[in-house]
Amino acid sequence: MTESAGTAPDHAPLLEVEGLKTWFPIRSGIFRKTTGHVRAVDGVDLTIRAGETFALVGESGCGKTTVGRSILRLVEPDAGVVRYQGQEILDLARTAFHPLRQDLQIIMQDPASALDPRMTVRDAIAEGIESFNLVSGYQAITDRVAELMQLVSLDPDAMGRYPHEFSGGQRQRICIARALAVDPKLIICDEAVSALDVSIQAQILNLLRRLQRERGLTYLFITHDLSVVRYFADEVAVMYLGRIVEQGSTERIFAAPHHPYTKALLSAVPSIDPDRRGLRPKVLGDVPSPSNPPSGCHYHPRCPVAMPQCARELPPVRQLSDGTSRCFLEAE
Amino acid sequence: MVGYIISNIAVVALLIGFVVVARAIRSSRMWSDAARNLWRRRPFAIVFVGVFVVIALLDSVAWISAPAAMAGVGDQVAASKPRSIIDRLFAPETFRETSYSAPLADLGFYDKQRLSYPGAHLLGTDILGNDVLYRTFKGVRVALLIGGLTSLIVIPIALAFGISAGYFGGRIDDGVFFVMTVLASVPSLLLLIALIMVLGTGTLQVCVALGVTSWVSFCRITRGETLKIREAEYIQSAKALGVSDWRIIQRHVLPNLIHLVVITFALLFTGLVLSETILSYLGVGVQGSWGQMIDQARDELSRTPVIWWNIAGASVALFTLVLCVNLIADALRDITDPRTRREQS
Amino acid sequence: MTRPLLEISRLGVEVPIHDRRIPIVEDLSLMISAGEVLALVGESGCGKSMTALAIMRLVPKPLRIASGSEITFDGRPLLELSVPEMRAMRGDSISMIFQDPMSSLNPVRTVGDQVTEVIALHDHRVSRAEARKRTIALFERTGIPEPAARYDAYPHQLSGGLKQRVMIAMALIMQPRLLIADEPTTALDVTVQAQILELLRELQREFQTAILLITHDLGVVNELADRVAVMYGGRIAEEAERVDLLTTSRHPYTKGLLASIPHVDRRHADLTEIPGVVPVPGEGPMGCRFATRCPIAFAPCQDERPPAVDLGSNHCAWCHAVAKEVAAS
Repeated sequence: MTESAGTAPDHAPLLEVEGLKTWFPIRSGIFRKTTGHVRAVDGVDLTIRAGETFALVGESGCGKTTVGRSILRLVEPDAGVVRYQGQEILDLARTAFHPLRQDLQIIMQDPASALDPRMTVRDAIAEGIESFNLVSGYQAITDRVAELMQLVSLDPDAMGRYPHEFSGGQRQRICIARALAVDPKLIICDEAVSALDVSIQAQILNLLRRLQRERGLTYLFITHDLSVVRYFADEVAVMYLGRIVEQGSTERIFAAPHHPYTKALLSAVPSIDPDRRGLRPKVLGDVPSPSNPPSGCHYHPRCPVAMPQCARELPPVRQLSDGTSRCFLEAE
Repeated sequence: MVGYIISNIAVVALLIGFVVVARAIRSSRMWSDAARNLWRRRPFAIVFVGVFVVIALLDSVAWISAPAAMAGVGDQVAASKPRSIIDRLFAPETFRETSYSAPLADLGFYDKQRLSYPGAHLLGTDILGNDVLYRTFKGVRVALLIGGLTSLIVIPIALAFGISAGYFGGRIDDGVFFVMTVLASVPSLLLLIALIMVLGTGTLQVCVALGVTSWVSFCRITRGETLKIREAEYIQSAKALGVSDWRIIQRHVLPNLIHLVVITFALLFTGLVLSETILSYLGVGVQGSWGQMIDQARDELSRTPVIWWNIAGASVALFTLVLCVNLIADALRDITDPRTRREQS
Repeated sequence: MTRPLLEISRLGVEVPIHDRRIPIVEDLSLMISAGEVLALVGESGCGKSMTALAIMRLVPKPLRIASGSEITFDGRPLLELSVPEMRAMRGDSISMIFQDPMSSLNPVRTVGDQVTEVIALHDHRVSRAEARKRTIALFERTGIPEPAARYDAYPHQLSGGLKQRVMIAMALIMQPRLLIADEPTTALDVTVQAQILELLRELQREFQTAILLITHDLGVVNELADRVAVMYGGRIAEEAERVDLLTTSRHPYTKGLLASIPHVDRRHADLTEIPGVVPVPGEGPMGCRFATRCPIAFAPCQDERPPAVDLGSNHCAWCHAVAKEVAAS
């Protein structure tokens, strides 16, 4: 396990996703015939470079969690290509894909349900170690678990306890230790801090940052919280109903958003600057359900600058100076 | 005759099994806390069930006495049969009357003759003069056997089918579901009687018949729970950590089903014992069970004066066993349900 | 000086366990004037929701309101009212909206019926037709599109944002003088949250309803509140006008909280953590509840309860260190 000094993101793409589609069949009737599909992920492209933090942002139902699960093949995508370190991984047989699981790990949102309530913390953290046979012998594994617990600032003496005996923040640390146990290169953080109290969020975010610097990790950070994105991410992709509507570096997205949805999202976050109050959100209506999306550009019913064309055709992906945007509006 | 040897071996195996389980419980903090908690909540129920178990064990260890020791016994055929500890304690060949006698009576119920053992029959005697308390005690083993043995048949089958159906889904699920639904559509009592008529009325046969008709409801529960567990995030993250399906079932699904198994075992147990009572009432029950005693009481109760001690002995024993096991099952459910545990901590 | 609308004095909520009484809320005193929005801020486990339930006298058993607590609403002592009198107040003079609209609405009744039921409960003189008209009018005011059609909809047919609007309509239909909003936007998506906050602000101004806003989100506080009270470990740590709290807070917990929150305006400056965890009720330091995590804790903090330090213009902090600073200056 090498310790690399903090490096700027290296320009080789670690993970490339092209045209990813994951659809869930809707079954109805006595014979459970497939009457339609929920297009949870409907053509997603993204590129993540080694060492960077890539944020995937969106509201509920946009499909961001499904993107994460599809990349890890926890749910099998229906179309598209995913390349990890240049190698296509969706076509691999399960046994061939298995060793790659070491490199690609996930931390989930709710630490209470991400840990088996009947497993001690030691066994939970050791699970990956045992399944990949990284260390053998009960004592050796226990020592390794103790090291990992210290790495995430947990007391190793507590390893014989059960998850319900820990607080939410501590449980999330256990989940992080569990993911680190197999020495991954890319960690998908699926709303990893959303279920935590505000003051604990800071602890976990700082921990994630420190681990990234010390171990050269790459993060795919899935969240709905734009403030965390601003603090934490290098690149941002905004998702809406299964598609990426805008992508770019964090600075550009926050300083000069192009897509109306991105603008709406940014304008909707209440600021804690006392001089900036009086939200005037630039969006109408509620987030629609992914089982029955609007035609053409999915966002057009809520878009304040929608044109007739938007309801008819899928907008093309426009290249901007920094990133892309899927909108008929001209690039500014 | 070989039956009693099997029975003896089974008792030894059970005792060893008990020691093994006790050690396993002691080593896991979760289970030893649960055990201690259970003891605190339902000490009387546990003690009563313990007494029943001891009686059953005493009745399961049997051997054939040397002919010389049985010299005084009139019935030579009976003397060459294996006798259990309960048999030896009660000596039914000698400790008997000619016919009915009331509990603790000195005179026979109908013939008003002085009894051979006046005032010694705590629950009186039945039509053949057998001591009713003795018959009640003999029924303990039968009841525990029916409940326990059948559960041992039912639970693994239901678990295997339920987990496969719930975890793997698809065709396997469809197949299991089909079998379950077919079985559930046949009235279970009729199927039970039909099976016993085909297989015979020995204890083992009745257990098998009861097993075939009882596994469906537990299987459905197992399947449902497995479906729920399968979607849990810790299963997803185990998959992400490369754990194989088989290991996931072993390490995650089964332990999270154990609390269900324990509770279902307790409830199934009492249901089976009560089912056997009905079978006896219909004439196809197991020899020597409480059900048979209750069946005999059918016509005893219509006499005047009423002969009540036969049914009283069987019913009180049955009621106590079922009540205590149910109380323990309820307490177990409260203790092992992860939700109530979280509230307590 | 006008009398405050709601006055809470030394409120305690406790739960008897074995032979101890564990305090969930301790010695809490608050005041809300008519038409004012007071935000009660804190993290999970600080007791803010329990405070709201205490005002409504809906504290779930086995918890109970401690003796010595006083709550006065519009001059009436709430804790001494009979049960029917209190029931008459709920929904009429004091209303509450909850975090999760999905579980707060009855799934087997139409949303319109649920709102008119509130009218029927409190004012028998209103006819059904009139009640229906008022409900539809309020639905429109709360931004529910096609309000007449939506009257007959069932909760599951509505999105999260619409359900929350229904809840708000249900709470405001009798024009209560005080609305208690317990995390009203936490379960909603960001864009929907923004719309609901805008709605609450407009309605508050229009009906002049006082709001006790319970939240953990300081952005929501900035949008809606006039004054803010910060709770920690069952007690109030600091109380101030909105701007003062966000710019010149004095209590170490408030300062720590503000420094540990990432917000959209700030980038890449490291977040300051507050080490440790929130204390479990009944455990942890009983002097100042924040003592074990406080960067400037000193001798008296662990065992002595901190005094209230008046910092002028409605700004008050409960802290030994602040008391020392103020005494020294």
